Amino acid sequence: MKRISFLVVTALFALGVAAIAQDEIKVGLYASLTGGQASYGISQNNAIQLGLEEINQAGGVLGKPLKIIVEDDRSTPGESATIVRKLIANDKVCAILGEFASSRSLEGGPICQENKIPMISPGSTNPKVTEIGDYIFRTCFMDSFQGTVMGRFALAKGYKKAAILTDEKQAYSKGLAHYFREYFTKNGGEIVKEQSYSSGDKDFRAQLTSLKAAKPDMVFVPGYYNEVALISRQARQFGLKVPFMGGDGWEGDSLLKVAGNSLDGCYFSSHFSADNQSPVVQGFIAKYKAKFGIVPDCQAALGYDTVKILADAINRAGSTNPAALRDAIAATKDFQGVTGKISLDANRNASKPAVVQTVGEGRYKFVENVEP
Amino acid sequence: MTEFLQQLINGLSLGSIYALIALGYTMVYGVLKFINFAHGDVYMVGAFAGYYLAPWVWKVIPAGQDTTRFSWSSSAGAFAVLLLSMAVCAVLGILIEKLVYRPLRKRPRLTVLITAIGVSIFLENFGQYLFGADPKSFPEILPDRAIEGLGDLTVMVNQSVVLVVTLILLVALHFIVMRTKMGTAMRALAYNPAAASLMGINNDVIISFTFGLGSALAAAAGILNAINYPSIDPLMGILPGIKAFVAAVLGGIGNLQGAVLGGILLGVLETLVVGYVSPMYRDAIAFAVLIAILLFKPNGLLGRVESEKV
Repeated sequence: MKRISFLVVTALFALGVAAIAQDEIKVGLYASLTGGQASYGISQNNAIQLGLEEINQAGGVLGKPLKIIVEDDRSTPGESATIVRKLIANDKVCAILGEFASSRSLEGGPICQENKIPMISPGSTNPKVTEIGDYIFRTCFMDSFQGTVMGRFALAKGYKKAAILTDEKQAYSKGLAHYFREYFTKNGGEIVKEQSYSSGDKDFRAQLTSLKAAKPDMVFVPGYYNEVALISRQARQFGLKVPFMGGDGWEGDSLLKVAGNSLDGCYFSSHFSADNQSPVVQGFIAKYKAKFGIVPDCQAALGYDTVKILADAINRAGSTNPAALRDAIAATKDFQGVTGKISLDANRNASKPAVVQTVGEGRYKFVENVEP
Repeated sequence: MTEFLQQLINGLSLGSIYALIALGYTMVYGVLKFINFAHGDVYMVGAFAGYYLAPWVWKVIPAGQDTTRFSWSSSAGAFAVLLLSMAVCAVLGILIEKLVYRPLRKRPRLTVLITAIGVSIFLENFGQYLFGADPKSFPEILPDRAIEGLGDLTVMVNQSVVLVVTLILLVALHFIVMRTKMGTAMRALAYNPAAASLMGINNDVIISFTFGLGSALAAAAGILNAINYPSIDPLMGILPGIKAFVAAVLGGIGNLQGAVLGGILLGVLETLVVGYVSPMYRDAIAFAVLIAILLFKPNGLLGRVESEKV
């Protein structure tokens, strides 16, 4: 009798192992697929699905197909934490990809850290994100770099008096404004006026009226595309004609549609330019265009790189054990992605070049490359 | 001084949008003594109706190629878009009332109130499903340019249109309520529903009419707002809806002039706070006003305890 039960247990165990062996490797993705920053989530998810297809066609990871469980945080505060908890507890994912917005990475990150599940943010540029802990990574540059790049660019253009208009609700916007201000004022510039707004606002006339009265040479608007488009439109109506500058948050689907030509001649820093002629970049653009019918933006490029880095790390780790996976991600070195060569430093941040883009003729144009 | 005047103008144009939405709240409250929390979402549907109707209207009434110049045909087109959207929302308002609120009319008022919140959430999410959650760029149905000859002040054509349309609608509404048979019936119903129906007034018809009228005003506000801030999304009605509710309470809920006064006061106050204090307090101010008014003058600025309500 004992023997039989032993056999049964062994058989069941073997079956279980077989079942697991045929299983897939699950990774979670939380992104803003709807709501105010939907453009980011959609681009990111598109590119990740494209990358995923390629990974699985090439045999998956560790000989198993990679599966990505996608959750939408609706661009709303408070959703990310719930979703990340669900991905970890219910779906038992071995790693988490996401978010673009720093505020939402700061919500989801601590939960990943607590559960010791590695999280890679493709695009959260606020320094605080990776300071959460040793399980949190990013594959983009930081605002300390981005803000400096734009501060230097503004001074090089000969602008001495800047005004700043920040999104009070976004850690990203406040951080970027801080680094811009720091560089700009230390190197001979002057901030003549600061104003702020909240994500979701539509009326900026009050702020713009007071900015205009300060007569700046340029306005730094480190916000997200939705508000930036309305701000520039209203600013031009008010006769505030000076150039606007901003960061990677500008790149969004509706930016140019809503802004019309009001952003012509303005500049922003980004991760990726579709004008880059390198074969890696042009190959990615061709594949993305074939699948989705549009030119990928920087969020797409970063999303694509991030899923590839994760797959590479899972293969190098040889298992989905979170600690081993964490070490493998941390050891990422000279990974050739579409946003440049990516190496992660001791603080789990990527050091990468930035590009400065300008707007004209209804599209983004490459201006210059800035090495870290 | 110029800056202050400019801020006042900004506030007026923002306030007239609040005023238009507040009119709908106040009318429904006057007749049914209930806050239709889905009103802000009807406003959103109004803007989307305009978004989808504008290309059709342009097929019939071609807009000028040069959107920076004034032309009669573009104004006629804009007017047609406005009227059609108002019609769409009037139908929507009547439908909501028929399908959702009417079956609950005999239930406690709280039931209807909570149902209204449910309708609001439904419209927001159905809107995201139907229109897509990403913001859409509202077509330029009116020339986007400033009125000339005002020196340093900037007044956009659109801003002045909002103010003028609000005033016209207020006068029209006042006429409907005070001078027409329908309006008299509305006032009778507001005063005493049982007595009104004994006098041969068909309460259902009057209530439908009130909802239709209120929703049409919300649509007008949606279109006028979208002309001014040409980015629309399915969640755009939440905050303006709440603020217009505050405006209605501020002016004295149930009172038409009060709703307009409350809306404009709130718009100006908000703009001045953003311009001179801190943009952080923009939304807080509306709720601070609500609390203050409930504490010190619960009937609102123009509301009297025993006033004739509409």
